[in-house]
Amino acid sequence: MTRAASRRALALHLAVLALLFALQFVLPAYHHASLARILVLAAFAVGYNLLMGYTGLLSLGHAMFFAAGLYGAGLTVHHLGFGVPSGFLAGCVAAFLLALAIGAIALRTTGVFFMIVTLMFAQAGFLTALYFNEITRGDEGFVLAAAARVLDIGGQPVALSEPNLRYNLALAIFAACLLVSLVVVRSSFGRTLVAVRENEERTRLLGYNTFLYKLAALALSGAMSGAAGAAYALLFGYVGATFAAIQYSIFPLLWVLLGGVGTTLGPLIGTVLMFYLVDVSSEYTTAYMIVVGAALVLLVMWFPRGILGTVRQRWAPWLP
Amino acid sequence: MSLGPNLLLALLEGTLAAFVLAVTALGLSLVFGVMRVVNVAHGEFFMLGAVLAWAFSQVIPGMPAAGFLLALIGSPIVVGAVAVAVDRAVLRRLGYEPEATIIATIGLLYVVQQLVLTFYGPTARPVVAPISFRVLFPWFGYSGYKLIVMAASAALLIATWFTLMRTRIGLVMRATQFDRETAQAFGIPVDRVYSMIFALGAMLACVAGVLVVPIQQAHYLMGLDPLLLSFIVVILGGLGSLRGTVVAAFVIGLSDGIISVFFSPTLAKILATLLVALVLVFKPTGLFGARGR
Repeated sequence: MTRAASRRALALHLAVLALLFALQFVLPAYHHASLARILVLAAFAVGYNLLMGYTGLLSLGHAMFFAAGLYGAGLTVHHLGFGVPSGFLAGCVAAFLLALAIGAIALRTTGVFFMIVTLMFAQAGFLTALYFNEITRGDEGFVLAAAARVLDIGGQPVALSEPNLRYNLALAIFAACLLVSLVVVRSSFGRTLVAVRENEERTRLLGYNTFLYKLAALALSGAMSGAAGAAYALLFGYVGATFAAIQYSIFPLLWVLLGGVGTTLGPLIGTVLMFYLVDVSSEYTTAYMIVVGAALVLLVMWFPRGILGTVRQRWAPWLP
Repeated sequence: MSLGPNLLLALLEGTLAAFVLAVTALGLSLVFGVMRVVNVAHGEFFMLGAVLAWAFSQVIPGMPAAGFLLALIGSPIVVGAVAVAVDRAVLRRLGYEPEATIIATIGLLYVVQQLVLTFYGPTARPVVAPISFRVLFPWFGYSGYKLIVMAASAALLIATWFTLMRTRIGLVMRATQFDRETAQAFGIPVDRVYSMIFALGAMLACVAGVLVVPIQQAHYLMGLDPLLLSFIVVILGGLGSLRGTVVAAFVIGLSDGIISVFFSPTLAKILATLLVALVLVFKPTGLFGARGR
């Protein structure tokens, strides 16, 4: 990538973040709240994209990392009386460690088998959340007390449910994940990941330990997904096993596919569009998941590059 | 009840589960073995079987046996047609590329499931069993219909084995599985064989669904459990190995039945799931699988 293209890419990302920051002053309350939720979910998608888009590993079990963050934060705050920052950290660490452990086992397989193994592990995780329902309250879930969701800002306690604080924290989480992914993608580490995606055998031949690179990518992706999960629990105050179910492994896949696999901004675009598509269709029918199913089939058949992937191919080859 | 009768009951329920699972998983195994397609929507064909069985039983009210017989013939025909349509419209266009077909069948899973939710509704509906005698043990009575399900499943397994191993069409299918290009070069219509295999796999799941509906009720979300259990069984038994699939179905069905009775169904599923993930990691060809080609 030339220096000019690199500077243009950085400017674009900062402009997108600035736009998201500015949006909070003009959006009506409903969309303000929706966008806060979308930003947290988009951070999840950014984490997923690091693995699927840049390393070429298609996981069908990312709900377990999101849920590890969700429960890591939710349970420590609810049962152990952790504060908000330490609860968030606990969620990230839980997801990171889970990703390392799962990776050490699942990365021994490739292709279709990797997909099935991750699906299986995630299902085991979901069932575990149901099994220990005395602690997790299973499917029904639990609500984090408002008193526990308070952040100390300059000696002044502020409730996380306060819309403006919530929006800006969600934006901060998203911005951190997006910028980390941008840095990773442009680093030599990121290029090695792409090399693994394109031709693993050859990368190994060149002397890279591809297993370690894949493990690092999975751990980073898991930690980001966990950060999103932890943020979700703390900002919106609800923790339940639904977030560990298969559906939440399929969502990030769909968001990334729609926005553009292997583009840094694609996950955001995919999440925004899909969130509103599901939101609108759920007003008309209870069977709104049909939108998700139809989108998956249509995308994979006629639009496999997604939105930004197509834009990059046709008009803007400098997009990271 | 004391331990003995409890164990007998667990064994009976486990055997029943194993037979139904073997039929369902055999469909998944066939499709993967011949087409190299992991059909995530397989459980939805099972669910369609159950829901269609309810629909057919409504056609002839008052005569449960006749309605059930109609369902047993009609449901697989409908589901087979759906499967052929899916193969032609989606899978073939994707060139049977493994990752793309997985994503497409995930999409299909939601499309089928949500269509059923739209037209059939969220309620679970019962279907009356075609026969209603009970086998009396000294400790408890056991539904005679469940014994019939076991017998019917066994017959289906044998029929599938016979078709694959002893008929000309089975020979063609095995040739396609062994080497697609060479089969095509020898004039085998590979496209049509693929459609047939995909339909056959779906119909096996569908019949399992029809058989199970008088025991379990028809519900639009009922496809997920058989799907995951079928994955477990197919991987444990070795992908593409039919004998392995049946053996593994019995290992999983029986242990699932016993652990469910004595501990909890959730624990049984967690253990089975972890077991299969570990098997896949340490012996990717499965416990009974030959080395993959």
